[in-house]
Amino acid sequence: MKQFAANPVYKFFLFPIGQILLFALGASVILSLVTVLLAYIFKFNVTDFDLVERTMLILPQVIINGLTIGFVYSTIALGYTMVYGVLEFINFSHSEIFMVGGIVGIQLMAYFEHAGVLATMNEYLVIALAILLALVVSGSLAVTVERVAYKPLRGAPKLVPLISAIGMSFFLQDIVRLILSLTTGEFNVILPKFGTFDEFWKIAVPGMEDPLRIQIKSVLIVGVAVLMLVILNFLVNGTKVGKAIRAVAQDRPSASLMGINVNQIISITFLIGGALGGAAGVLFALKATKLDPFSGFFPGLKAFTSAVLGGIGNLTGALLGGLVLGLLESFSASYLGIFTNGAFGAEYKDIFAFAVLIIVLIFRPSGLLGQTVGQKA
Amino acid sequence: MNKRLFALLSLLVIASMALAACGAPAAEEPAATEAAATEAATEAPAATEEAAPAAGGTIKIATQSPLSGGQSLLGVAIKQGAELALEQLAGDLIAMGYDVQLAPYDDQATPDVGVANAKNIVADADILCGVGHLNSGVMIPSSEEYHTANLAFVSPANTNPVVTTRGYLEVNRVVGRDDVQAPAAEEFAFTTLGAQSVYIIHDKTAYGQGVAEFFRAAAEEDGLEVVAFEGTEEQANFDAIVTPVVATQPDVVFFAGIYNQAGVFFKQARDAGYEGTFLGTDGMDSSDLADIAGDALTTGGGMYYTTVAGPAAAYPSAAQFAADYEAKFGAAPEAYAAQAYDSMNVCLTAIKAAAEAAGGKPSRLQVAEAIRQVNIEGLTGNIAFDDIGDLPTAQYFIIKVNAAAAADWGTNEIVEVLEVASPGKGE
Repeated sequence: MKQFAANPVYKFFLFPIGQILLFALGASVILSLVTVLLAYIFKFNVTDFDLVERTMLILPQVIINGLTIGFVYSTIALGYTMVYGVLEFINFSHSEIFMVGGIVGIQLMAYFEHAGVLATMNEYLVIALAILLALVVSGSLAVTVERVAYKPLRGAPKLVPLISAIGMSFFLQDIVRLILSLTTGEFNVILPKFGTFDEFWKIAVPGMEDPLRIQIKSVLIVGVAVLMLVILNFLVNGTKVGKAIRAVAQDRPSASLMGINVNQIISITFLIGGALGGAAGVLFALKATKLDPFSGFFPGLKAFTSAVLGGIGNLTGALLGGLVLGLLESFSASYLGIFTNGAFGAEYKDIFAFAVLIIVLIFRPSGLLGQTVGQKA
Repeated sequence: MNKRLFALLSLLVIASMALAACGAPAAEEPAATEAAATEAATEAPAATEEAAPAAGGTIKIATQSPLSGGQSLLGVAIKQGAELALEQLAGDLIAMGYDVQLAPYDDQATPDVGVANAKNIVADADILCGVGHLNSGVMIPSSEEYHTANLAFVSPANTNPVVTTRGYLEVNRVVGRDDVQAPAAEEFAFTTLGAQSVYIIHDKTAYGQGVAEFFRAAAEEDGLEVVAFEGTEEQANFDAIVTPVVATQPDVVFFAGIYNQAGVFFKQARDAGYEGTFLGTDGMDSSDLADIAGDALTTGGGMYYTTVAGPAAAYPSAAQFAADYEAKFGAAPEAYAAQAYDSMNVCLTAIKAAAEAAGGKPSRLQVAEAIRQVNIEGLTGNIAFDDIGDLPTAQYFIIKVNAAAAADWGTNEIVEVLEVASPGKGE
């Protein structure tokens, strides 16, 4: 890629977007082909309806669902992978940072609703403000967590900060629960209803009876996620701070000898990762419409898995891993029941998705885009 | 090193402050009930003088329900219903010289927490009776502990048949059963709504899956097409189920689970373009459902649920209770509050009877036996138990949701009321 480096528009804008498009399209097309092939194979087992027709009927929706949740996973996964790249440990409290971002975003919208201005405000402005607030709160929370729970353990064996991270995760869950019960008295944080996000764009597709329905919300989630990924790419590959982050990730002692303030760079890494996680929390909240202090756990676990699937420590890998896992989940959830004639339902989606993950890791132990970043001594 | 020590110390201080903050409300509650009990006790002596107080001592009645977490609205209602009953009805026992206390426990709607609490409850010799739980999946394992210790529990909410069909002397309930409720829901969908197809979803708990299976069996018998039968623990992103539901547009989607999960699904399915009717069971009976799902409940084919605990309007004698409850706790009683009141009433009546028979503080076994002899007029009707702890005849309600916001939950209307005899122990 060195030969294109001369043109910054290409390097920091077109190339990453092209890469995202390629990953999204590639993963969707491959999975769709496999599914349709399976549909033809299993066609003779199912007698009450035409399996291929049923498969094609929901295929576009399944892809859209998978991409939407996939981009959310990718955005969270970047937080895991950045911290791993720099500190080589899994920041398990990242899922709570994500949850805090979502809850803060919803609370801001609820505040607007309470003040009676939500209905009159521009809906996109509301989302932008919520994301901005989540960026700030989650970013600073991540930096604080690093200062309190990880920095004192910098020289300790790698398992020690890991345990500290798990402890931090529980601590944050219950602190949020405490704050919520003291302030609002509610356990569930519910997204207020506003704007037109729940509506659909209907696109007529030639050859199909029903129009393709795309929820505006999904487009918004994907759009914001892509925007943030592009900004992150610029930050890491196009600025001096990014260069310093990469230097610290490669070799911390040498970076420090070169005059890089390692502690500051680590803080910045947490700031960026946490902010991304917070923004992803708002996107997830838009989709889920309800959060509670414990709803960070599963998306966080999935995002961590995405990071491993893509190759932990590798930013592009986290992006690809999130998309692949989101799509895998969506496909298996929607088609397992149909293909097995109801023997396995959507409840087995995680088993299927994780089985694929294990198979991938058997053949590529360092992940899909495996570099040996994670294998440093 | 000093810096590190300082950091550690400040962390400790913060942690202890946090703990103190958490601890405060919990600590207040027993104090409040104690104050109430002593208040009642100071009024009592005049009446007790001729009654010659018995040996005295402390009698505690436990409650176990989720006081925190996503289902706490119902769990707290159970605790508060029981608390109100204790306050209003413990007079006789106090007159006999006993100090009667409430011992509330939080089972977090989680089986292992419930069992751990049950071990604590069993270990406290002063606890003679209990009211709980909300979730059948928590009640079933916890009641094994109660059974071993002969400690009687009266359930205000558990509908899974297994709760009583094990035939334990210690387990009783003041509500109906899922093997009646689910077929009633199916009958309603098939006959009254005229549904041709149904999509069944459950939450993989003992309660949800149990109800869903009874529903499926009834549907298959009637020839109502079951499009799919899915279990899910998903809380946030229901795309996987919403997509086939929207694609196949079944007449009815039957969700066997609890409102905090179902509400999110209803909202997402309606948003995605599902037009049919949602049907649920008693786990949906919470005003929070309207907050979470919003107008998804009233648009399209609307939403109905069956329940064993009717709304306040269904019980003429509960009007005073509703007023007292609102005066004390500042909110209208949620579902199961009246049932919890009745359960506590059963406990108090049985303890009193056992104490009179024993001429002193009764044993747990005596209380458990006395519960089976209880025959009282409760808020929700006549309460007496058959030989496995069920009501001989229980009421079942089918309710149409008219509320798109929590404040309107009271506008829901009763569509049908059924009185069905308990199927007993079965085979």
